[in-house]
Amino acid sequence: MILDGKVPAGPLAEKWDRHKFKGLKLINPANKRKYRIIVVGTGLAGASAAASLAELGYYVDAFCYQESPRRAHSIGAQGGINAAKNYQNDGDSVYRLFYDTIKGGDFRSREANVYRLAMISNAIIDLCVAQGIPFTREYGGLLANRSFGGAQVSRTFYCRGQTGQQLLLGAYQAMQRQVREGRVAVYGRREMVDLVLIDGEAKGILARNLVSGELEAYAADAVVLATGGYSTVFNLSTNAVGSNVGAAMRAFRKGAYFANPCFTQIHPTCIPFSGYYQSKLTLMSESLRNDGRVWVPKQKDDSRDPNDIPESDRDYFLERKYPSFGNLAPRDIASRAAKEVCDEGRGVGPTKYAVYLDFEEAFNRLGSRTMDERYGNLFEMYRQITDEDVFTEKRMRIYPSPHYTMGGLWVDYNLQSNISGLFVLGEANFSDHGANRLGASALMQGLADGYFIIPYTIANYLAETTPGKVDASHQEFTRSRQEIEERNRKLLSIQGGKTAHELRIELGNTMWENVGMARSRETLSQALEDIAAVREEFWSNLRVPGGADTLNQQLEQAWRLAESIDFAEVMARDALHRDESCGGHFRIEHQTEEGEAKRNDAEYAYVAAWEFKGDGQIPEMHTEPLEFEEVALTTRSYK
Amino acid sequence: MEFTLRVWRQAGPTAQGRLETYRATDIDSDMSILEMLDKVNLDLIKEGIEPIAFESDCREGICGMCGLAIDGVPHGKEKGTTTCELRMRHFTDGQTITIEPFRAGCFPVIKDLIVDRTVMDRIIQAGGYVSVRSGSQPDANTIPVAKKDQEESMDAAECIGCGACAAACPNGSLMLFVGSKVSHLVKMPQGQLEAARRVKNMTRVMRQEGSGNCSNHYECQAVCPKEIDVKFIARLNREFLKALPKEADEG
Repeated sequence: MILDGKVPAGPLAEKWDRHKFKGLKLINPANKRKYRIIVVGTGLAGASAAASLAELGYYVDAFCYQESPRRAHSIGAQGGINAAKNYQNDGDSVYRLFYDTIKGGDFRSREANVYRLAMISNAIIDLCVAQGIPFTREYGGLLANRSFGGAQVSRTFYCRGQTGQQLLLGAYQAMQRQVREGRVAVYGRREMVDLVLIDGEAKGILARNLVSGELEAYAADAVVLATGGYSTVFNLSTNAVGSNVGAAMRAFRKGAYFANPCFTQIHPTCIPFSGYYQSKLTLMSESLRNDGRVWVPKQKDDSRDPNDIPESDRDYFLERKYPSFGNLAPRDIASRAAKEVCDEGRGVGPTKYAVYLDFEEAFNRLGSRTMDERYGNLFEMYRQITDEDVFTEKRMRIYPSPHYTMGGLWVDYNLQSNISGLFVLGEANFSDHGANRLGASALMQGLADGYFIIPYTIANYLAETTPGKVDASHQEFTRSRQEIEERNRKLLSIQGGKTAHELRIELGNTMWENVGMARSRETLSQALEDIAAVREEFWSNLRVPGGADTLNQQLEQAWRLAESIDFAEVMARDALHRDESCGGHFRIEHQTEEGEAKRNDAEYAYVAAWEFKGDGQIPEMHTEPLEFEEVALTTRSYK
Repeated sequence: MEFTLRVWRQAGPTAQGRLETYRATDIDSDMSILEMLDKVNLDLIKEGIEPIAFESDCREGICGMCGLAIDGVPHGKEKGTTTCELRMRHFTDGQTITIEPFRAGCFPVIKDLIVDRTVMDRIIQAGGYVSVRSGSQPDANTIPVAKKDQEESMDAAECIGCGACAAACPNGSLMLFVGSKVSHLVKMPQGQLEAARRVKNMTRVMRQEGSGNCSNHYECQAVCPKEIDVKFIARLNREFLKALPKEADEG
C-alpha cells in the first residue's frame, strides 16, 4: 500500500500557515472542555502537549511510568536546542536550518515536516525564555549560542550542560500549573500496557498501576503517544534503564505502522563500555566537540601513555577526513569513523574500543576557568565514572553508543498515525530526522510537536467526533484486560532459569553486534536467527519471581523485554530490506570508495512502514514515497 | 570486591520493616552501587529470595529517581553525587554497607527502598512556574538578563528534585528544594511578577505536607548531589518576608 502523508499543497514556506487556515478545523472554546485526551509519556513532547492542550481548555490525563513527570528521560539531554534565530548574525535562517536538517538526515525525511519544524524553532526559544528558563547568556544579557555537528552556524541555545533538564522542567511546570487549574490529571507509576480501539479508533488505554499491580482502564476522545525511542533494544545505550518501546509496540500490535525502525543514531561521544553488569553508557555532550579534538595513535597497538605520543604519531582522523567540518562532522559519520579506527586496532584504553577526545589545545586557548564554565559538569561526570580528571589529563576516552532513534510510529503531516485518533509525538514518531538526527534537534522537535503542532492538528480530528462517546466500561476494555492478564500469567508461569536482565543483555549483544553501526545481509540474517533464539528462550526459560498483583519490578522488566524482542525483529527486517546505506543505516555492501554511506535514491527514497500481521507472521511493508520539491538530492559531503 | 550488605526490607507502606543481611560477591570497582544491587538481585532471584525493590532510571545523576541512604547518608558520603553515580571504588573491599530508603516524614515508604516523593509535585503545583501560555511569548531577546543573575538562577535551577535535602534534615525540611525553585524563578525577570503569590503558596503547601522548617543544620547542602547552596533557603525566607504584607492572591 502507498501511504499518504497528507502534506498540504502550496509553496513549502506557506504550507503550514495555509494548512492551519484551510486544512484544520477549529473547536470553539466552550466545546473544548467536553473533550478528554490521553497523553502517554511526560518528556518534552508529552509534557508540552499536555500543558498546551490543557491551556486550550481540553481535559488531559497524562501517564508516566516514573513517579513524577519531571523524571522523564528528556531530562538527560545535555547539549542544547536549535533555533533559526540568527542572533549571531552568521547567516542562519529558517531555510538554512531546514536544509541542514534535511541534509543531515541524508534525504530520508519529509520536506514539509522539516520546514515546519524549522519555522517553529524560534517560537520555542521565545516560549522557553518566557517560562523563565535560565539559558546561558552573554555579558550583555542576551542569549548565547554554540555550534553543533552538521552546521556551520551557531544556532544552539543551551543551559550549561543541562539543557534537557531545564526545558523539561519548564514543560513540567507548565503542566503542573494545569494540574492546579484542574485540567490535567497526572497518573504516575503507570505503564501503558494496551491501546484500546473502538470501531477502529483510538479511544483509550489500559495501564498497569506499578504499585498495586492493578490493570486500570482509561477512556478518552483521543490518545497521544509521546513515549520516546527504542535505543534500549541494544541493552546499553544513553537512554534511561526504564526507557522502552512497549507503548509503541502495543500500538503496532493494534495496527499502527512502525516506520523506518532501522534508523538509529549512534552517538559518537560516550564513555566507553567497561563491564558485564554495566547498566548504561553515559553521554558526554556533543558540545565537547566544539573544543575537543578526536584522535588515535597512527600505529596499531600503541600502548604508550597519550602524553608520550608526539603530534606526529597522532591521527586526528576527523580533521583529516573532513577538513571543513572536522570534529563537528555529523554524528553518524563521526561514530563510524571511530569504529573504523578501532576495528583497525588503533583504539585506546583497556578494551581498545575507545578514542581520545583531546582538550589540550582548548585549555591552552581558553584557560581552565572558561573550560570549567563550559564543560565543568561534564568533566565532573567523567571523573565520577572513570576516576580520571580531565582538568589534569586534558583528555577523555570516548566511544559511540546508541542514543536516539529516528524511526518510530508512522504519522501524517498532522502527526496522526494510520489509526484515527492516535497521535504520536517526539522521538516516538518517525517524521523529522530522516536517517540521522543532527545534534540539538531532538529537543526542538519534541517541543515543536507538543507546544505548537498537536494543539492545532488534534482539533481537526476531535471536531469530527462526538465527545465522551465511550467510557471505560466498554467491552473492548474488558477484552483488553483479559488479554493482558493472560499475558502476565504466562510470564509468571514459565519459572525457568534466566532473568529478564540476562536475556536483555543477550538481545542487546546481538543487536549491537549485527544491527549496530555497520550492517550487512550476513549480520542481519544472523541477528534474525539470534532474536528468534532469544524469543524462544524468553518464553521457555524466563524466570519472573513474585506475582502480578503487587509492585513487581522483575515483571515490569520482563514485560518491556518481551516488547523489545518483538520490536528487534521488525528493526532487523527493515534493515535487511533497505539495501542501501543512508545516514545512521550503514550497509557495508553500499559504500563509496572513501567508506561513506552510499544512498540509492532510485529505489529507496521512501519511508518503509511496517504493519503487524499477527504473532509469528512476517510484518507487511507499506511505503510512503518521499518527494523532494525544494531540495536537490545530493551526496552528503562534510569534507 | 565483596561486601556485606544490610538492606532495609519492607513489604508495603504499613508493614513492619527490618534490615536483612546479604552478600555481594564478585563486584567490580567500576560498578555503581545500583549496578551492584542489580547483581545482588540476580543472585537473590536464583536463590529464590524476593529481589530488593529500589528505584532508578537515568543512571547518570539527573532524573532524581534514585535515592538511597548509604550508611546513613542520603546518596552516600561522596560529595556531589547521586546514588547511581556512586562507584564501588569508594568502598573498602570486605566492608559492611547499610542501605536504607530516604527517611523523611513527607516521604512514605512504598516498598523496601522505594519512597513516595510526589509531595514535591504538589508543591510545584502550588506555584512553581511562570504563568505563561504557549503562544503568548515575546521574542526571546526582548528582556536582557544580567549574566550574574542568570548564572545564579541556573545554580538554583540545577536541583533534580531527589529529596535528599529533606532526608538529611533533622526537621525533614524541603526548604532547600522549595528555595531552589523560588530562587530560580525570582532571579529571572520573567518570574518576578508572581514572586509573592508563588512563595506564599509554595510554602503553605510545604507546611501542610509535613515538611519541617530550616534550623540551620546545613545537612541539606552537604548531601545535595548538585551541591546547591543553603543561601537559597535564605533567599526563600527573604522572599517570604517580602511577600507577607501583600494580599494572599496578589501577583
